[in-house]
Amino acid sequence: MRRQTVLVLYLTNSALDSPVVGWSRYDGTGQTRHMAGDSEEPPYRTGLDALKDGWRLFQASQLLPHQRGAEFDVSYLKYEFWFEQLSEVAA
Amino acid sequence: MSELPLLSAHDMAHFTARGFLRMDAVVPDKINTQFLAEVGEIAEPRPGRKLRGAYGELLAQAAIPEVGAGVPLAHTYPQGSALARMLELPVVAGAIRSLVGEDPTFDHHFLHVTFPPAYHEAGGGENVSQHTHQDSTIDPRQAFDVQIMYYPHAVTREMGGTRFIPGTHLRKVSEAALGRYQNIRGQQHMVCEAGTLLILHSGIWHGGGVNLSDRTRTMFKIRMNPSRSQVRMFDTSTLETPAGQRAIFYVKSAPPMTVEKILMTPEPWFEDDTGRLEMVNRVKLWRYLTGDPTYDADYWLTRLENLAA
Repeated sequence: MRRQTVLVLYLTNSALDSPVVGWSRYDGTGQTRHMAGDSEEPPYRTGLDALKDGWRLFQASQLLPHQRGAEFDVSYLKYEFWFEQLSEVAA
Repeated sequence: MSELPLLSAHDMAHFTARGFLRMDAVVPDKINTQFLAEVGEIAEPRPGRKLRGAYGELLAQAAIPEVGAGVPLAHTYPQGSALARMLELPVVAGAIRSLVGEDPTFDHHFLHVTFPPAYHEAGGGENVSQHTHQDSTIDPRQAFDVQIMYYPHAVTREMGGTRFIPGTHLRKVSEAALGRYQNIRGQQHMVCEAGTLLILHSGIWHGGGVNLSDRTRTMFKIRMNPSRSQVRMFDTSTLETPAGQRAIFYVKSAPPMTVEKILMTPEPWFEDDTGRLEMVNRVKLWRYLTGDPTYDADYWLTRLENLAA
C-alpha cells in the first residue's frame, strides 16, 4: 500500500530557496507522530534543500494584493509550501 | 503616582515588542503550597476512565470559585485565598496596573492540568500537545487584555510547559485556524521554578505542551480586561527623551539599549516583508501605550505619514 507523508515549510519570502521559519510534518505511514512543539530546529535550511532531499512540492501559497485599508495588518504565515513523499507500507 | 512597583519603559517596550513578561519565582512558596492544597489531590489513573472524567472531578473538588465574566478582578477571589494573595503581591499588582490600568475586569479563568502518559493509557486517549492557537476570537482592537499564567510548582521540559511564540501577539488570526503550525523558529517552552508567572498579551500564539513526565502539571490562567485607560500606566519617569531619530543601517558601533532598540529587534520567525509590518505595528502600540501620537522608531511611520504638499 502507498502512503503519503507531508512536510509543510514556512519560508521568509516567496522564493523556494529562502530560509525556513516554520515547519510541520504529518506521517501517513504511522511510523512517526509529529505534533506542536516537537522540534526546535527546522528539518531543512530552505525549501530548496527539501527538494534536493527528494521531497516533491505540490502546493505553494499565492501572492495576493493587499486589501486597501488593511495594508499593515499581519495575520497567518504568508509563504507556505507543501511537500510530499510517497512510500510503500506493508498491507 | 502609584506606590506599586510599576514596569519601566524598557519592560513595557519588551512587552510591546514580544507580547510577554516573565516573572520567575515571584510567588512565595507559602502561596504556592496553599494554592496546590486548594486545588486538591488529583486522583490516580484508573483503567477505562476518560480524562474528561478525571478533569471534571478535579474542577468540582478544587476550592476555586466559579465566577462569571465582567466583575472587578479585585472581587473575584475570597480574601486570604491563594489566588487573592498572589494578585495582591506588589510586584504582580504593579505589573497588572502597568499593563491594563486600574481596576481591571475579570474575564475568565481556568485550571489547566496536563496529564502524564499513564492517564492517557488508562483512558485510551492519545497523549499529544495542544495545537498552537490564539485565545478568544479575532480581536482587531489596539487595546488588549492580559492573561496571567501561574505555575505553582516547578516545571521541567519533560512536563511540557506552555509553549508560546514571542512577537506573535499583533497578528490578527482566528483562534485555532493556525493549528497546522507545529513549530516556529524562536518558540519558547516554559521551564521554570515554582511560583513563576508568565503574563501574556491576549494575542500571543501559544499551546500546552505534551507531558512526558510521571506527574501532572498544573497551571492556572486568569484573563483580565482593562476597565479604564491603559495609557501611561507604567513608570513614565523611566521614559527616555531621544533628541531625534537614531541612525540606522549605516552605523559605526552597536546601538545602546533604548526603547527604539527594543522595539526594532526582530524575532527569528519574522518573514522578510511582514517583519517590517511588525515594526510598524509595534510603533502603533507604543503610541497607544504612551499616549504620544507622534512617536516613531526608525522612521517607519513618519515616512508613511508624509503626505507631501
